Amino acid sequence: MDELAFASARDLVAAYRTGAVRPSQVVELALDRIARLDPILHAFLTVDADGARRAAAAWDARVAGEADALPPLAGVPVAVKDNICTRGIPTTCASRILEGWVPPYDATVVARLRTAGAIVLGKTNLDEFAMGSSTEHSAFGPTRNPWDPARVPGGSSGGSAAAVAAGMVPLALGSDTGGSVRLPAGFCGVVGLKPTYGRVSRYGLVAFASSLDQIGPMARDVADCALLLGVLAGHDPADATSADVPVPDYLAALGAGAAGVRLGVPREAFGAGVAPAVADAVREALRVFADLGCGIEEISLPTIDAALPAYYILAPAEASSNLARYDGVRYGLRVPGDDLSAMVARTRRQGFGAEVQRRIMLGTYALSAGYYEAYYLKAQRARTLVARDFARAFELVDLVVLPVAPTPAFRLGEKADDPLQMYLSDIFTISVNLAGLPGLALPCGMADGLPIGLQLVGRAFEEATVLRVGHAYEQAAGWSRRRPPVG
Amino acid sequence: MIDRETVAHVARLARLALTGEECQRFVAQLGRILEYVARLNALDLTDVPPTAHVVPMVNVFRADAVTPSLSREDVLAGAPAHAEGFFVVPRVLEAGADDG
Repeated sequence: MDELAFASARDLVAAYRTGAVRPSQVVELALDRIARLDPILHAFLTVDADGARRAAAAWDARVAGEADALPPLAGVPVAVKDNICTRGIPTTCASRILEGWVPPYDATVVARLRTAGAIVLGKTNLDEFAMGSSTEHSAFGPTRNPWDPARVPGGSSGGSAAAVAAGMVPLALGSDTGGSVRLPAGFCGVVGLKPTYGRVSRYGLVAFASSLDQIGPMARDVADCALLLGVLAGHDPADATSADVPVPDYLAALGAGAAGVRLGVPREAFGAGVAPAVADAVREALRVFADLGCGIEEISLPTIDAALPAYYILAPAEASSNLARYDGVRYGLRVPGDDLSAMVARTRRQGFGAEVQRRIMLGTYALSAGYYEAYYLKAQRARTLVARDFARAFELVDLVVLPVAPTPAFRLGEKADDPLQMYLSDIFTISVNLAGLPGLALPCGMADGLPIGLQLVGRAFEEATVLRVGHAYEQAAGWSRRRPPVG
Repeated sequence: MIDRETVAHVARLARLALTGEECQRFVAQLGRILEYVARLNALDLTDVPPTAHVVPMVNVFRADAVTPSLSREDVLAGAPAHAEGFFVVPRVLEAGADDG
């Protein structure tokens, strides 16, 4: 049964076509693994067993008869991060302030999943409102790393990454504002893509930092990631920032290989704070790329150090504005007060966890009278420099190679009392959000039983190139075939 | 860099009913984070325009057509309190204020 649990979405649909496997079998296996493994890992906040069984039964009846006309994810179970709205299934953002809220509509990506035949199996754990790098900031308890349950899965899409890594589901959705798809993908040894800003609709993604947020696919190999991106991507009139740019067939484009692609390696990628095992794994990956016929050039991203401080002004500023809507009036928690403003302030004090309050405070401060120019405007100017760094790099090379994170997964509690140390986990992912570019995380090694992640960053809307080169590397290096010791 | 009075002011702006102890903790934590972000002061930002948004698009319009929207019942279903098709909140005006 393990083979089936770790089968790709492509293989599942192929097996449905021949009648070798039925969607109900796959859903039952997924539910069984969740029942067995989730008491340890806590990847899920909600499992919609009834809904998944109903959907699977409907696909059972259809897959054999419609073998030639099945949609791309027919009968494939998918987990959805719990900050993405699902009609009729609670969506909490791992926050007390939204506990029990049931959205009256599907996010565009969820509607697209359903149209593609996917079965929404459940909602995955995250740092509250996606603010964090470890999934320890969930109001409902942390998720643990399938490679070592004493360690964090990364965040904020830690539940999605752990669910995919542990063979609970082949596919999951995450969201990435400063690395929240890529960091957990790296820490859990799976593949995760942050698409170009605007590539995937944000309609129905609970807003954190609207100029940075992007929903991304997570899977166990690059081809499944490409398949899922193809389902998610495309223009959506319901999201004014969604780009009207044609969506290529990402899966079909994978076969072209990596020969002749020019890779840029920033000298800043091996700076202070990068664990030797991470630097070694990335250097080894570069040798594989060279064997594949890639050109390797040293480049520089001189303002990469400015990305993190700029982000920790801009993202909290946007968050403080976006989270103003949680006022105890229209949805979620209400804590009574003597008057309206007391009710609102008490609701927000009790409903938001410590990290969310910290970011609201930071963002409100940065936007407040007298500080706006010193912080917010300065950070926006620094953002311009970060974007220019990448623009200059892409005049010389086709892709930029970075580690996903300076270290492998850290222990639960290790950084819980030091917000700044936690923020530093995102040092290699954040600049990609500020520049709005596509970034792919995929496994490139192991250190003491923990996965190490490699990041490929491409030009805006060139996800096809990023995925194609990532696929060629994956085939040559073989790290994606490793399975964690749980289960 | 940031004092307790400022933290209390920001908490009021952010509508967070913080205790004195919580304010004190934020003085230390926000102070450290602000010290870190002060690295931005080392950059030469002369003549660098601010970036609010990376995708170059402005004034995105859709067709001015009526499309289905959520029903009132669906929207009110998530509210902590509602009555007669409206959200219910604690009294905002003082009793008798409407007489004045």
